[in-house]
Amino acid sequence: MSRSDPDAPRKLAIIASKGTLDWAYPPFILASAAAAMGWEVQIFFTFYGLILLKPKLDAAVSPLGNPAMPMKMPFGPEGFQNIDWPIPVFLMGFPGFQALATSLMKKTFANKGVATIEDLREMCIDLDVKLIGCQMTMDVFGFTKEDFIEECEIGGAATFLEFASEADVQLFI
Amino acid sequence: MTEIHYDEVLDNSGLLCPMPVVKTTRAIKKIQVGQVLKMIATDPGAPPDMEAWARQTGNEILAQEEQDGKFIFYIKRVK
Repeated sequence: MSRSDPDAPRKLAIIASKGTLDWAYPPFILASAAAAMGWEVQIFFTFYGLILLKPKLDAAVSPLGNPAMPMKMPFGPEGFQNIDWPIPVFLMGFPGFQALATSLMKKTFANKGVATIEDLREMCIDLDVKLIGCQMTMDVFGFTKEDFIEECEIGGAATFLEFASEADVQLFI
Repeated sequence: MTEIHYDEVLDNSGLLCPMPVVKTTRAIKKIQVGQVLKMIATDPGAPPDMEAWARQTGNEILAQEEQDGKFIFYIKRVK
């Protein structure tokens, strides 16, 4: 147990349950930062978080259901970029709006110097973060281990709980 | 200006969290124990994050300063 041995590394256990572009960030950011501090980290990908284990990531974001999302343009003069556009909710369901919002968010993040999800995941792998796919969700959604990156492992609730019970920080995202 | 001898330089200008911390970890592993890394960042979150990183990893920030919107850290590899 980490606290009885002060020299043992701290541990972080994360459940990643969402697969949208916005919610893909927190697990990978926290995991890479913790691993960079020498912590032992596991991320358990379940439900919609499972798609973050696919080799090619195509996470998107919709402002629909995220009504507090700032709608800002990632180009033009600073004053223009700072305008928070009042988009009516009924427009957010229009075809193409999700693709637009996704590309705007990606562009904004890139402009500000935020790494891509792909880069963050790669860093997690380099830093020995353990990535675990939820077997039950895979069965439900019809995924096999071959659908995911080779660095991931497969496990169930007991696998996560055993690690989480010894972890200093446990997060459900 | 702080006059501190350093062995390597890592410029994290323009990068946001968690990149300065992650890249510093990589860079510190490439120098020897006792050597010093000069790290430059522009992320305003870098000073508190680097202090937390140093406490967690046991490495030592010998000095830090701010110059024209850049945060400069001199980090000694201890472990």
